[in-house]
Amino acid sequence: MAERSTQMVAQARSRGRNRLSAHNLIILAGLLILMAWSYVGTEFSLRQLLGGESAVQILTYIRKLFPPDLSTEFLLKTGYWTLETFAMSFLGTILAVLIACCLVFLSSRNLMFTGLLFEMEQSRPWIRALRTTLYLTAKAALNLLRTIPHLVWALILVFAVGLGPFPGMLALGIHTGGVLGRLFGEVMENVETQPIEALQATGASRLQILFYGILPQVLPECVAYTLYRWEVNIREAVILGYVGAGGLGQQIQIAISLFLEHRLLTLILAIYLIVTAVDALSAHLRRRLT
Amino acid sequence: MQNRHSSAPVSLTLPARRHSNFQIVWSVLFILTFLGSYRLAQVKPLLLLEPEGRRNIWRFVTGMFPPDLSWDFVSLLGRPIIETIQLSLMGTFMAVVIGFPLGLLATRSLTFTGILNEREMVDSRRSVFLLRKGTYLLVRAILSLFRTIPEFVWAFMFVRAVGLGPFPGVLAIGISYAGMLGKVYSEILEHVNPGPLESLQATGASRLTILLYGLLPQALPNLVSYTLYRWECAIRASTILGFVGAGGIGQQLEISMRMFNFNQVLTLVAILFVMVAGVDVLSAKVRRTILSRSSV
Repeated sequence: MAERSTQMVAQARSRGRNRLSAHNLIILAGLLILMAWSYVGTEFSLRQLLGGESAVQILTYIRKLFPPDLSTEFLLKTGYWTLETFAMSFLGTILAVLIACCLVFLSSRNLMFTGLLFEMEQSRPWIRALRTTLYLTAKAALNLLRTIPHLVWALILVFAVGLGPFPGMLALGIHTGGVLGRLFGEVMENVETQPIEALQATGASRLQILFYGILPQVLPECVAYTLYRWEVNIREAVILGYVGAGGLGQQIQIAISLFLEHRLLTLILAIYLIVTAVDALSAHLRRRLT
Repeated sequence: MQNRHSSAPVSLTLPARRHSNFQIVWSVLFILTFLGSYRLAQVKPLLLLEPEGRRNIWRFVTGMFPPDLSWDFVSLLGRPIIETIQLSLMGTFMAVVIGFPLGLLATRSLTFTGILNEREMVDSRRSVFLLRKGTYLLVRAILSLFRTIPEFVWAFMFVRAVGLGPFPGVLAIGISYAGMLGKVYSEILEHVNPGPLESLQATGASRLTILLYGLLPQALPNLVSYTLYRWECAIRASTILGFVGAGGIGQQLEISMRMFNFNQVLTLVAILFVMVAGVDVLSAKVRRTILSRSSV
């Protein structure tokens, strides 16, 4: 007994020593070096933040925010801008779904050229080449839509169609379209193959397989992703106003630039309310639908 | 309800397709919201096709090529790129420092319910219980305030408060991501297996010991993995923060955009693409290693 317990203790010790193995130490040291590097590089100053000038500045600024501007006139306007922001995020998400749906079928490998659906394909190289090209083009398009930040899209579109919520909605739709296209594609490439195989055995056409074998499987997950992106979009819609794309963001920019701090606080409260509301709504819908 | 009945294994006939109230109500709401939004957002698709808009888009697209790869411009970018990375690292670090303690306080199973707090319930020390619950609710409210305000707006305000440069950017990412990390940390901690906690408690371990030896070892891989994911988002966010003067590559992007130097924009977007994709790959790889090592 005693021998065994000493053995166990020894084991535990060696495990404890394992925790401080060279590997972990290197990772830890690397992290610390990275931290120090960014601490210096970002001119971050803990002393400033915890009691120096910056702390005073931040506190002064917070004090200036109060009380919020609660005059009826401004509240009504804020309500209108909030609805405008909501409309941008809502339509942007719908546009994103449309864009994603157009591109996702082309950018799913298992629908385009490999896997179960194409086992029987006669080796006609040019058709295969065409399909592969389409796939690669769609994939590249999705990547392009996704990598350009929505704020840059908004700048481009404001430049093209003028100020207002419309370019903001387009920017959200285009950027999110790329994101959703990628997410939908991943879902679609990971479908269960058995239903597809079964349908194929009955002689169903490819379109029928898509409608009865693949879409029913992927739909709940795609809806969940869309709702999740909607939550992201309402936050982004708030930002887009900064470049002139309407909504709360534009007013926030005005309020900050013109030192209208009381109004700023009202607008921030409006953001808080609308974002929380959309989060709750989307969570509720996701629970019901999936 | 309908569906649940009809999916009983005996019914071989397909159920008549009946629309539940849920579907009808939400469809109507959806259509109304759509129409309202359409008006409110002043949607005019024709604007895209008008000569003015078309010319502008064309100008933009043609202006992008060829990308500006002159040394004068590219040599300007080294510092902002590094600054963006540093900003995201420091911001995430700050978010962890703020978010972790708040996350612990926002963990229901640590603060006022579950096996760790059974004794408090039985002894009916209501005041302690209420105090703990109050703290929990307060911390939740703070976390949700932190994360509902977008980091961009935080950055805007911090630039006003402490001046230009990467420092306000770090603060913005630190605050808004603390809100997200805190919330997700608390969710991870609430979902750990309670068995080890109970056995530790049976040995008379203190709350801190239980936290260190029962809770954290179980949750650590998930915590680290989520933090890495947030770092990825922080890189993406910090490229934009420059728009309000909070350092990083975004500042250059805004300048080029406002000066209509679209060929520079293309270079910058390409750099963004490489950075974001690189971080995606790196973080995905590290996360996979962490999660697979923990499951063995």
